[in-house]
Amino acid sequence: MNLKELYQEIILDYGKNPRNLRKIENFNKDAKGYNPLCGDKVHIYLKLDDNKKIKDISFEGSGCAISMASASIMTDLIKGKKEGEVKDIIDDFLEMIKEKPELNSKNLKVDEKTKLMSLSGVKQYPMRVKCATLSWHTLTSAINNIQEEVNTERFD
Amino acid sequence: MIDLGIKEQFPIFNRKINNKKLVYLDSANSSQKPIQVIDRLNNFYKNEFSNVGRSVHSLAVSATNNYENTREIVKKYINAKFKEEIVFTKGGTEAINLVASAFGQKFLKEGNEIIITELEHHSNYVPWHYLRELKKIKINFAEINNLGEVTLESIAKKINDKTKMIAVTHLSNVTGAILPIKEICELAHSKNIPVLIDGCQGAPHLKLDMQNIDCDFYAISCHKMYGPTGLGILYAKKKWLDEIPPYQGGGGMIQEVKKDKITYAGLPNKYEAGTMPTAEVVAFSESIKFLNNIGIEKIMLHEKKLMDYAINLLNENNSVKIIANPTKKGAVISFIIEGIHPHDTATILDEDGVAIRAGHHCCQILHEKLGVVATARASLGIYNTEEDIDQLNESINNCKKIFSLK
Repeated sequence: MNLKELYQEIILDYGKNPRNLRKIENFNKDAKGYNPLCGDKVHIYLKLDDNKKIKDISFEGSGCAISMASASIMTDLIKGKKEGEVKDIIDDFLEMIKEKPELNSKNLKVDEKTKLMSLSGVKQYPMRVKCATLSWHTLTSAINNIQEEVNTERFD
Repeated sequence: MIDLGIKEQFPIFNRKINNKKLVYLDSANSSQKPIQVIDRLNNFYKNEFSNVGRSVHSLAVSATNNYENTREIVKKYINAKFKEEIVFTKGGTEAINLVASAFGQKFLKEGNEIIITELEHHSNYVPWHYLRELKKIKINFAEINNLGEVTLESIAKKINDKTKMIAVTHLSNVTGAILPIKEICELAHSKNIPVLIDGCQGAPHLKLDMQNIDCDFYAISCHKMYGPTGLGILYAKKKWLDEIPPYQGGGGMIQEVKKDKITYAGLPNKYEAGTMPTAEVVAFSESIKFLNNIGIEKIMLHEKKLMDYAINLLNENNSVKIIANPTKKGAVISFIIEGIHPHDTATILDEDGVAIRAGHHCCQILHEKLGVVATARASLGIYNTEEDIDQLNESINNCKKIFSLK
C-alpha cells in the first residue's frame, strides 16, 4: 500500500478545487450516477455539436478526493474530443484502473496520459476503485442516452 | 491509563495491519472474538458436532443440551421471565423481520400506523416498509432533536389511536444516543401499544433487564456481542409468541403434519425452522460468560471513560467535528474532518492500522436529516484502550497533514 501514490499532489488539488463543477447551459445530453456504498452522487452534462464533438462538459456532485479528482480530470480531458474518441478513452481508462499497467489509447496525448495515470494508485485500494470510476460510467450513460441512474454496485 | 487489560484474550490483536498494531474501532459494525469463543466453536466442530433435536445418539443429545444451555444462559443474562421467550435467529436483522412479518400478518391492516425514529438502522425500517407496501400501513418517524437524540416527547407526539406498534433503537449506531426505552414502554403500554427495541447496539454495551424494561420485543445481534456471526436473538414476551404465527416453515417447528392440516411445535421451536446455527449458539454461551466474568457495570464504566477521553481529545483537534451530542451516549463517535471526505479519512487511517467505518452506516434517513452524505465513525469495544484513542487522534492529524489542513 502506498498512500503517496494514491493521494498525489494533483489528486489533492483537484479534490479540493474541482474543475468543471457546474451545470452548463443548453446541454443536450446528461446522466446521473450514484455510489450506494458512500452515498456519492454525480450528474454529468454534455453539449455536443452537430459533428458529435464535445463542445462543453461539466459535472455536479459531491464526493471524496478520488471521485472529485477523477471527474475533474475526465471532464478537462475530453473537452473538444469526438464522441467515438471519448468512448475509446473511457474503455482504456477503465481497463487501466483495474489491471492494465498503462494507457494505450491513440486518442490520448502524452501529457493527457500522465494526468490520467495520477489516478492509477487507486488500483492498490480495491474498495476505492468505484470512487474513481463513477463519473466515467456516468459519462458512458450520458453518451448513450441512458436514462436510468448509474449504480456502481452493478459494476465490477 | 484507561485499559481493561483484556486485549491479549483476543487473538486478532496479534496481527499487524500495514505493519502497524491493529487499532480496532469498528465494533458497532462487528466486534472481535475472544479466544474462549473461537476455541468453543473449534472444539464443537472437532469433537462434538451433531445437529440438535430429534436424533437419539450421544452426540445429538450432548449438542442439544449445549444448545438449550445457551438459551438458559441468555435468559439469565437479559433477565427474561421464561426460557421460551428466547428465540435464536440468523441475526438481529432476522429478529426484526420476524416480528414485522409475523406480527404484521396477524395484527396490522390498512390504515394502521407504526412509529419508528429518524435514528433507525435500515434493518428497523425496511422490514416495516414491506408492510407499508403490502398492507398500506403508515410509518411515522419520531424526530431527532438538535442533540441527535429522540426523546420521550418526540415519540409521544406521534402516537394516535391508529398506532399499533412502536419500534425504536436502544442505542443509535451513528449518534450514540441512548433512548429512554423503559419510559417509552410505559407510555406505549398505557395506550396498549406494543414496543420493539432494536438492541443490536444496546446489547453489547448496556445492562439488559427485559422484565424491568418491560418491552414486548428486543432484537440482539450476537456478532456485535463478541460472539459468532450468523446468529441473533429475538426476545419476545411469551404472550406474543403464543399469539403470532410462525415466521418460516420447515423441520423442527412442527408438531404434526398431515395432508390437510399442520400443527406447530411449542415455544420457542415454533420459530426455529430448519437447521439452526448450532455451533454458533453453543459458542455464544462463551461470549456471555466472558461478559459476565468482567461484569457489565465495569464494562459500562470503562467505555464511558474511554468515550469521554476520546470526545475531549477530538474536540480539541481543529477541523474535527463530532456529529451530535446526546445527553446519554453510548460508545459511538461519528465525526467529520472538515475538508476531508470520510472515505479518504478511512483509507488514510487504515494505513496506520486504525480500522473505522465511513459512509452512511445504514442510516440514510438520519444522514439526510443531519445534512451530511457520509460520516466517519469510531466505535468502541471492551478491548479498546486510551492508547487506541491516542493513535486515532494521531492518525487524524496525519490525514490533515496529507490534505494540508491545520
